[in-house]
Amino acid sequence: MLLREVDYARPATVEEAIALLAGHEGARALAGGQTLVNVMKARAATPDVLVDLADLEELRGIGFSSDGLLEIGAMVTYTQLIGSSEVEVARPILAEVAATIADVQVRNRGTVGGNVCVSDPTNHLPPLLVALGATFTIRGAGGERVVPADEFFVGVYVTAVGEGELLTKISVPPASGAGDGFSGVTVGAHGTYVVDAAATVSGEGVRIAVGCVAATPVRATEMEDGLSGSDFSEDTVREAAKGLGESLDPPSDVHGSADYRRSVAETSAVRAVLQAVERRKPS
Amino acid sequence: MSAAPAASRAISLEVNGEAIEYEVHARRLLVHFIRDDLGLTGTHVGCDTGNCGACTIHLEGDSVKSCMLLAVQADGARILTVEGLAGDGELTTLQSAFNEHHALQCGYCTPGMLMSAAALLEQNPHPTEDEVRVALQGNICRCTGYVNIIEAVVAVGEGRGDEPN
Repeated sequence: MLLREVDYARPATVEEAIALLAGHEGARALAGGQTLVNVMKARAATPDVLVDLADLEELRGIGFSSDGLLEIGAMVTYTQLIGSSEVEVARPILAEVAATIADVQVRNRGTVGGNVCVSDPTNHLPPLLVALGATFTIRGAGGERVVPADEFFVGVYVTAVGEGELLTKISVPPASGAGDGFSGVTVGAHGTYVVDAAATVSGEGVRIAVGCVAATPVRATEMEDGLSGSDFSEDTVREAAKGLGESLDPPSDVHGSADYRRSVAETSAVRAVLQAVERRKPS
Repeated sequence: MSAAPAASRAISLEVNGEAIEYEVHARRLLVHFIRDDLGLTGTHVGCDTGNCGACTIHLEGDSVKSCMLLAVQADGARILTVEGLAGDGELTTLQSAFNEHHALQCGYCTPGMLMSAAALLEQNPHPTEDEVRVALQGNICRCTGYVNIIEAVVAVGEGRGDEPN
């Protein structure tokens, strides 16, 4: 397939990448390319300049910050995430969910940063990172800023990363006894999600995020409030989920009507919370 | 600055053990570079949308879909295509197993299947049936129903790849 003409650059440092992104109109960062190259084929995206982040080793690491946060570089692939001992120790749900994304070949190339920066409403990681309370480090010519997950996802294909900026890493608090769950309905065994929900249950409370029902992940705040006590029995969780579907305004498409999505949203949120409760470690 | 954006790039890479230098357009897909510039037509274009896996190759030892990469992204990389599997002209055990176990009918998906299976066996020499199914999830076959393909790969792991079913 013939793509539209495009210029290509492969910077050696993050600073150089930021300068290229800032200095060229229509410039776009190229991570693994598992979404971008495909949408360029369809000419749904027509960047003028591709800034390939392949050589930025700084963005490929997984480690811990001095205050104990799990730090995942934007260019970390799903396969890296799945095999990471740091992830296994600190927040295994990340590896578990990454292992269900597309297929081996895509997981070998696709990156965590690409997944979130594309901000496709059906992507796996956005609702999960919202539930986990992740933070996103964005670097630009003026320096670095840190954005919480609730503010990172702005719209369909739009995030807090502005022109001339680059997402460098995602920081996730370690589980420290919290339980995490993820549930949803896909098209086919490992296909696109129709609706998904992520939940984390800890001593500090419950966080629930629903995906595929709006442009960005939706926090199920009323359901969270309904679970502010210490009773996480199935009946209580089901009761708390009542009304979640009604509060949503999901799209209708070939995979499911809005009403179907409302119903699956409640079911998925219940399942995600129950899974999280089961995995919670007593403090 | 070495990184000034350009519509084409001189790339150096290793393909099936051979050093290659080539000037390619930035918009050229890796699969077209492999097939049309290098003449290695064993790598197939099936769907061109990243779904079917017929274009699977190894990049630095990992299976990837060459229709979802630009050729310039492979600059500096080591690539293996299906032609590189039997480098010395003798079929590998995996290739013999596909033959012995009737793991192909029309053969269109076979290069991609072989590359995905070879990557799996490299990392996990004795995969279970479930592990083989996961490894081949990104490769679509419209003839066989997969049963014989899975059997062939499992058989290689069990050391009986070149024995008939």
